[in-house]
Amino acid sequence: MERISKEEALAHFKSADLLDLGEKADLVREALHPEGMVTFVVDRNINYTNVCINQCRFCAFYRDAESPDAYVLSEEELFKKIEETIALEGTQILIQGGLHPNLGLDYYTALLKSIKARFEINVHGFSPPEVCYLAKKHNLTVRETIQILKDAGLDSIPGGGAEILSDRVREVLSPKKIKSGEWLRVMEEAHGLGMRTTATMMFGSVEAPEDIIEHLDAIRSLQDRTRGFTAFIPWSFQPGNTELSRDNVGLQGSIRPATAIDYLRVLALARLYLDNVRNVQASWVTQGLKLAQVALRFGANDFGSTMIEENVVRAAGVSYVVSKEDIIAAIKAAGFEAAQRNTYYSIIRKF
Amino acid sequence: MMLRVISDRIKGGGRLSYEEAVGLFKNDDIFGIGRVAAEAAERKNGKKAYFIVNRHINPTNICVNRCKFCAFSRSKDEEGCFELTIDQILERLSSVHGVSEVHIVGGLHPDWPFEHYITMISAIRQKFPLLNIKAFTAVEIDYFSRISGRGLEEVLTKLKESGLQIMPGGGAEIFAEGIRNQLCPEKISGERWREVMEVAHHVGIKTNATMLYGHLETFEDRVDHLFKLRDLQDKTGGFQAFISLAYHPKNTEIGGFYSSGIDDLKTIAMSRLILDNFDHIKAYWIMLGEKISQTALLFGADDLDGTIIEEKITHMAGAMTGEGMTREDLIYLIRKAGKTAVERDGLYNEIWKG
Repeated sequence: MERISKEEALAHFKSADLLDLGEKADLVREALHPEGMVTFVVDRNINYTNVCINQCRFCAFYRDAESPDAYVLSEEELFKKIEETIALEGTQILIQGGLHPNLGLDYYTALLKSIKARFEINVHGFSPPEVCYLAKKHNLTVRETIQILKDAGLDSIPGGGAEILSDRVREVLSPKKIKSGEWLRVMEEAHGLGMRTTATMMFGSVEAPEDIIEHLDAIRSLQDRTRGFTAFIPWSFQPGNTELSRDNVGLQGSIRPATAIDYLRVLALARLYLDNVRNVQASWVTQGLKLAQVALRFGANDFGSTMIEENVVRAAGVSYVVSKEDIIAAIKAAGFEAAQRNTYYSIIRKF
Repeated sequence: MMLRVISDRIKGGGRLSYEEAVGLFKNDDIFGIGRVAAEAAERKNGKKAYFIVNRHINPTNICVNRCKFCAFSRSKDEEGCFELTIDQILERLSSVHGVSEVHIVGGLHPDWPFEHYITMISAIRQKFPLLNIKAFTAVEIDYFSRISGRGLEEVLTKLKESGLQIMPGGGAEIFAEGIRNQLCPEKISGERWREVMEVAHHVGIKTNATMLYGHLETFEDRVDHLFKLRDLQDKTGGFQAFISLAYHPKNTEIGGFYSSGIDDLKTIAMSRLILDNFDHIKAYWIMLGEKISQTALLFGADDLDGTIIEEKITHMAGAMTGEGMTREDLIYLIRKAGKTAVERDGLYNEIWKG
């Protein structure tokens, strides 16, 4: 099938009938995953600290180091969380945190080594902003930093912090966060070192349709070179308790969450555009189970994580209490076979 | 292929057969079905999608019926039971502005006489002469008839004279007898529900119709239900809107799972296609959630219902939706679906468009 150009994608985004777009995306999903299976990973999202110097305007989670509810997780708490994850048949921990001014590379390597010494679990951790922060702090290259983390036990890198890969938007949303080029650079270096990563996109804030296409194109171009992305995960900005929604940066009227129809459109378009990324995740955490089921017919083939713990989105006022059984039932009710996978999308067990 | 034939026939004013409807329900082509349903909706209502600023009042949750799928009802003296006085009802209605309709449904109270309901409706009508009063499901009407010893026509005429204009469509559940007996053995039969509606239409009360799905029923049961509604509507023309109600499994005796979002959308689309004599198909956001309701506007629905201040019945069964949406929220959702937002009153008169 011929590739969609940026111009075509933009035209689709602005004016295509959503059912037509969804149907096309559904056909692509079916061609890539003809077995009719929808996967999920059992993992725990562990936020080792909420202290962050970046202070992004769309984030409700970060605190100053002096804030009374600032924290850094103790080893004891961390190990307990991992033990619980393994007890729940979890295969992965997603470990991410703020950019804490007092935590250096030794903290990270010690953390990774202590986990790997005790547990057999995939450590999916430290998104590009964290990697870049450490590189800068220690005057290392991105590649050297990733190599050190990898040697200490880091298995794969999550795609967080991509937000929208358009510096115009980043200037408004997260002026202190790494720029698009740096995010892509971390991913390229990680892929070069043989690590797999995911790619995300947070839409529904202040971006224009062109920015979304720009983002998809950046991912597709990099993937053409490296083939290192396992999955693409679009999710929508959740405006509760954030500076962005309080200030209405550059917008008339308040920022409303992206609607279901916006979400399905972005998802379907992503499935069509990212012809070289095998998996697209539905985000039940931001969309709820019912729309996530619909998303399985608009291009998604993966239900993401069971999210044993999710702090960041919950801080923005969204929380769905969902068990692994709920996720399996939801996948089956949507007409698919449900299977637990690992970080690399290998099937562990079918339900 | 089959869809193409059906689509052409519907465009020419033809109808779906029972077999075709069952076939489509079992068909996986949600895009094709959605498209044909959306076209049918557009022929009826253009690009319009309606909403209403309304208020729900539940006068009591004390109920002699205790249906198995209901998490709202209580017995008398049970913890959590409540009853509102007529003054409290009037007070609640006074506390909100810009409301065009009140929606009143409640339990079958063991002690309140029929006259109490007449007094309730008359008092609301007297204090709020312009408010649309939508009240009492067929189940309550049947109960009034039994406790008062009056016939349906007399009960309904008296309520209408007191000020009742519209009846909600609740209590239809699913007509199929076997399933109905498992779900709600104490409740009136499907036949009796339709009888009440027929008499209501006859005395000049407009009503809605509903179907509760996603519990124990088959697709055949759903089609049977929708065809019975279509037949009655052919006879009376008194139904305003159809509302498919997704079953909520939490806190009920039947248990089970939530219907899938895909099933919700398909059921909306199928109801639009089968109920060709209904003007409106409602995607009731309190039941479906705002996300599926908005998406349903592309699958044949033309109404999101209301701002709904205070909704207890669904939330006690584990609805994950918020308890209220503002007028602006509803307009935003409709516009983002590419439709024209129309605020309506209880009788689908247009109040505002934009």
